Amino acid sequence: MILHILIHVPLVTALVLLLLRDPRQVRLAALLGSALQLVISLVLLWGYRAERKAGNTAQMLFESMHEWYPSLGINYHVGVDGIAVAMILLTAIVVLCGILFSWNVQQQPKEFFFLIVFLSAGAYGFFISLDLFLMFFFLELAVIPKYLLIAIWGSGKKVYSANKLALMLMGGSALVLVGLLGMYYSAGNTFDLMKIAEAGIPPGLQSLLFPMIFIGFGVFTAMFPFHTWAPDGHSSAPTAASMFLAGISMKLGGYGCLRVATYLMPEAAQQYSWLIIVLASIAILYGAFATMMQKDLKYINAYSSVSHCGFVLLGIGMLTTTAVAGAIMQMVSHGLMTALFFAAIGMIYERTHTRQVGELGGLLKTLPFISVVIFIAGLCSLGLPGLSGFVAEMTVFVGSWQNPGAFHRTATIIGCASIVVTAVYILRALGASVMGPIRNEGYLRLQDAAWNEKLASAILILAILAIGFAPFWLTDLVMPDSQLIMNKIIGGVSP
Amino acid sequence: MLSGKYIALIPLLPLASFFLLGLFGRRMKGAAGMLGTASILVSAMLSFYVAYQYFFVYGQADGVYRQITALKYTWLPFSENISIDMGILLDPISVMMIVVVTFVSLMVHIYSLGYMKGEERFSVFYAFLSLFTFSMLGLVLACNLFQIYIFWELVGVSSFLLIGFYYDKPSAVAASKKAFIVTRFADLGFLIGILILAFYGETLDFPTLIQRLTDPASSQLIGITTAGFLGVSALTWGLVLVFMGGAGKSAMFPLHIWLPDAMEGPTPVSALIHAATMVVAGVFLVARLFPVFAISCPVALDVVAYVGAFSALLAALIACTQTDIKRVLAYSTMSQIGYMMFALGVSGYYAEGGLGYTASMFHLFTHAMFKALLFLGAGAVIHYVHSNDMLDMGGLRKHMPVTHITFLVACLAIAGIPPFAGFFSKEEILTAAFHSDKTVFYVALVTAGITSFYMFRLFFSIFWNKEYRPHGAHHHHGEAPFSMLAPLLILGLCSVAAGFVPFGNYVSADGSPLHTEMHWDFSMLPIGVALAGILAAMLMYRKASEVPHRLSNAMRSAYHWSYNKFYIDEIYLFVTKKIIFNLLGRPAAWIDRNVVDGLVNTTAVVTENFSEAIRGMQSGKAQGYAIWFFTGVIGFALLFIYLWM
Amino acid sequence: MNEIGLSHILIVSTALFFIGVYGFLTRRNMITMLMSVELILNAVNINFVAFNHYLYPDKLEGIFFTIFIITIAAAEAAVAIAIIIGLYRNYKSVDVDDADQMKH
Repeated sequence: MILHILIHVPLVTALVLLLLRDPRQVRLAALLGSALQLVISLVLLWGYRAERKAGNTAQMLFESMHEWYPSLGINYHVGVDGIAVAMILLTAIVVLCGILFSWNVQQQPKEFFFLIVFLSAGAYGFFISLDLFLMFFFLELAVIPKYLLIAIWGSGKKVYSANKLALMLMGGSALVLVGLLGMYYSAGNTFDLMKIAEAGIPPGLQSLLFPMIFIGFGVFTAMFPFHTWAPDGHSSAPTAASMFLAGISMKLGGYGCLRVATYLMPEAAQQYSWLIIVLASIAILYGAFATMMQKDLKYINAYSSVSHCGFVLLGIGMLTTTAVAGAIMQMVSHGLMTALFFAAIGMIYERTHTRQVGELGGLLKTLPFISVVIFIAGLCSLGLPGLSGFVAEMTVFVGSWQNPGAFHRTATIIGCASIVVTAVYILRALGASVMGPIRNEGYLRLQDAAWNEKLASAILILAILAIGFAPFWLTDLVMPDSQLIMNKIIGGVSP
Repeated sequence: MLSGKYIALIPLLPLASFFLLGLFGRRMKGAAGMLGTASILVSAMLSFYVAYQYFFVYGQADGVYRQITALKYTWLPFSENISIDMGILLDPISVMMIVVVTFVSLMVHIYSLGYMKGEERFSVFYAFLSLFTFSMLGLVLACNLFQIYIFWELVGVSSFLLIGFYYDKPSAVAASKKAFIVTRFADLGFLIGILILAFYGETLDFPTLIQRLTDPASSQLIGITTAGFLGVSALTWGLVLVFMGGAGKSAMFPLHIWLPDAMEGPTPVSALIHAATMVVAGVFLVARLFPVFAISCPVALDVVAYVGAFSALLAALIACTQTDIKRVLAYSTMSQIGYMMFALGVSGYYAEGGLGYTASMFHLFTHAMFKALLFLGAGAVIHYVHSNDMLDMGGLRKHMPVTHITFLVACLAIAGIPPFAGFFSKEEILTAAFHSDKTVFYVALVTAGITSFYMFRLFFSIFWNKEYRPHGAHHHHGEAPFSMLAPLLILGLCSVAAGFVPFGNYVSADGSPLHTEMHWDFSMLPIGVALAGILAAMLMYRKASEVPHRLSNAMRSAYHWSYNKFYIDEIYLFVTKKIIFNLLGRPAAWIDRNVVDGLVNTTAVVTENFSEAIRGMQSGKAQGYAIWFFTGVIGFALLFIYLWM
Repeated sequence: MNEIGLSHILIVSTALFFIGVYGFLTRRNMITMLMSVELILNAVNINFVAFNHYLYPDKLEGIFFTIFIITIAAAEAAVAIAIIIGLYRNYKSVDVDDADQMKH
């Protein structure tokens, strides 16, 4: 029942937005809708924990199924496990904060908020679907509006970026679709995730379908070498869209890689794990080095996202329970952290009209609140204990190290080494933009954050601190389910 | 009673103060300092109470000091037996450290009430100090290898924030970045070391880990010594990498380059973080894992000894020519930490063999007192003169009598003149080195002489030498407010008294009391060397003279090498700027723009060109389409006919 | 060879068909092109009738189809002429080359 509410609230909100005229009412409705959604997500979290505590050991909770297109075996089948609950919570927080940060959007606010809310519906649907076709449907729902958001409300070379992003993501989802159809026929004309998992897919077919699905979802999560949509897309997108794109959209990919590719095709996951690890290691280190040379704050964060999402793939590729749990935690952590980072960059850009590190400087004096926000985001990005990034990265490292052998060790050391490079680029960027002397006299007259920005930053920072200070609740949520996924991997390392 | 509940308050009070000051400090103004000081005062009293309880009431069992895990709960479980626990581990060194940390921190808090008065970000300063104190206390009380890493990073970031406190000064920003990145690089080693030890030790819990890795029969020790890489056992790799983290934090060669620059921070910060507490974290870390080093892996301990001895000598040589008084003190800190390191390095584990361990901890203890005093004294001088450069000073003894006397006490202590604190600890270190490694002993002896020379060079240049001529008209205030002088006096007292603590009774490698006695015949040599150093400094710097100048001209090249810190910074700059940026960063960015993204754009361009090429077919001429149509029909017809045949 | 056989008729219809195709491809006047299309259709009609008569004399499908096509051709002619008139109003011409706006 709660999942129905979860998926219907954003849809109803979107419809209501279309009926309203006054921009003030529009944004209020969007805010109320997303706040309600956050409340529902928290209730879901609470309910999920209560069920688990009561001893409910079913893999998926709150399951429900309705026929949708019976002749093709497509059903509206939804349910959640701990991983999905964590991702839903992330979505709710990021969407609410995104709406708060776009409070003063001037250009066509109605359409803007409509698209944001619509996107969120796609993300929620994706995370709760247990039917692969339904999942694909929601995935597509979450792609198209991004094109419009960037092409209409974006900045810079927005049409180029929007085209690139939409085409690359579409290419990815086309690959996913082919893979899904392969599974559909192999499992006897069903798209049902649980049924396919039960039936199993013959190993020969797996080694054909796995790369398609993994690469397809990998495009979403900015896997090397399919990551180039990310820097351009992020830098052109409006703040809320950047937050959504990096905070949630990239996580759709990671979730898909785990839930569809690895879970359903365990043998192929083992077969290709070396390749995933290689690509992830490249992304981690190469993304970090590429970030060092960027001058634009948004590019810096976009490239660092490539590096950070590399940890997600590394965790998945390592195929140990701890590493996979770490990958999921990294998704949540990176979602919150990068949303905060983009929000802070957006706030700075709104005031100074530049994102070039070289043109900023000394913002701590005039914009103390915003500077502290971007500092916290930066420290989270470089993995400071007490903030969420540390917890996630360390879990990935410890999990990766459980694999013996020089190959896995090398990859882990590369991952560890990237935290040094991360420190270099984050501190360079912050040192030049936030600290240092004021380079532009005009900056002395800037206004610090308004109430909506303060509220949204506080929510995100609280969430980051909640994971950083008390990681055990997140581990409790995701560890059993990663164990379940890893149990399917034959001969997988189980600690 | 040693209940974890109230011991936990020792670190948690500063944490609470950090959050309070961080969120509401701006509105509190002056009260912010009082709040911070009050919280640390309570912490300090609690620590003294805990120390009393531990050392005199509950700590001993059968004459041996035990390790007591007072508090422990799982913070982040990784797998069944590996998890990060947050807890409190009491043993002689951690109890000694919480006393040192809270005491010096309290002194610095009081001192800063005067020193930082009128500062715009006064409350922020106290918030950061509280954050640092919290992290440092968490570090020393850690019961888990990963817990120590967590707080390790946190002290690193508080150090970063405090070095960059004057954030609008580009040099401060650069120094803070340098400090963070260099120690981050060292922490990479630490992290990998932790991963190695955790993997083979199958636990992160300190007591269990140490017990497993020192028991020759345990499967974990056998596993970690048989596994290896490049012909070196995994245990050695793990310990050396952990030591790399310690070397970074403790500014050992070659990871020391951040410490002198870190002096950009406010002087009280230098006293607390970069002299007395944080920089000895590396020593503490080695001491924490000392049984493993000493019993199972003497090779790693040798690395510690030689790195320590070399750093001690190198830093002392550099300190002789620096003119920034805080940098001189920074190099002397590095040199003294080198002493502590090699003292650990030459130590054994059992009974009398463990003298080096006790000596190292003793020196850590006394050094915290007199080095904090030196920095706070230097702070008072800088406060008065408004300059860091000793060439701007001279003849200050009449203007600042209290500072003069306390500074002299500290200098005598660091030079190792009896009966000041440094003498006793240095004496023990030299004895330990003498009995185990002669090379290290002679290096240490030479370093001791140089130490007393440069310390008194500093002392005479500030307080004697030429007459003080204030430039500018800002010299209306007296020596310093009482809030700054009181800590000087207290620390001065400690610098005398600390040496008389029978330290071996409480802190020793294996926990059983170690009776140390003075060998006056042995001590003659170090005392003589120290006095010679003082005498040389006195001749050269007591009165303004041409001697130092002539001497530096005579040894021009040696002087330049020392003055330019042996060009180590330049080497680093070359490696980072030329190699990392140009050979890794730039190509990565270029490849991304041109190769990877180029492929994407090429795909787009090819598609576009292809459609451009074939779009002429859509001519709009109906008859053209008809021709295509009929051709197509005929083509298919022929194809079918062909296939039919 | 004195009797007119199926092949004779097929020759006629083939000739008619290609005359139609030729006309359709070469004439520029849309009315003429429409007439050419009618020729093609009639070529088909002849085939239907001829095959019906010679191969299956006892059946009527071919005849039915012919009538069907004639009807369709009439409707088609009406639509085509309506289009031609529409084009003429826009371009003041019935030349097919003038109506080439529908292109890339």
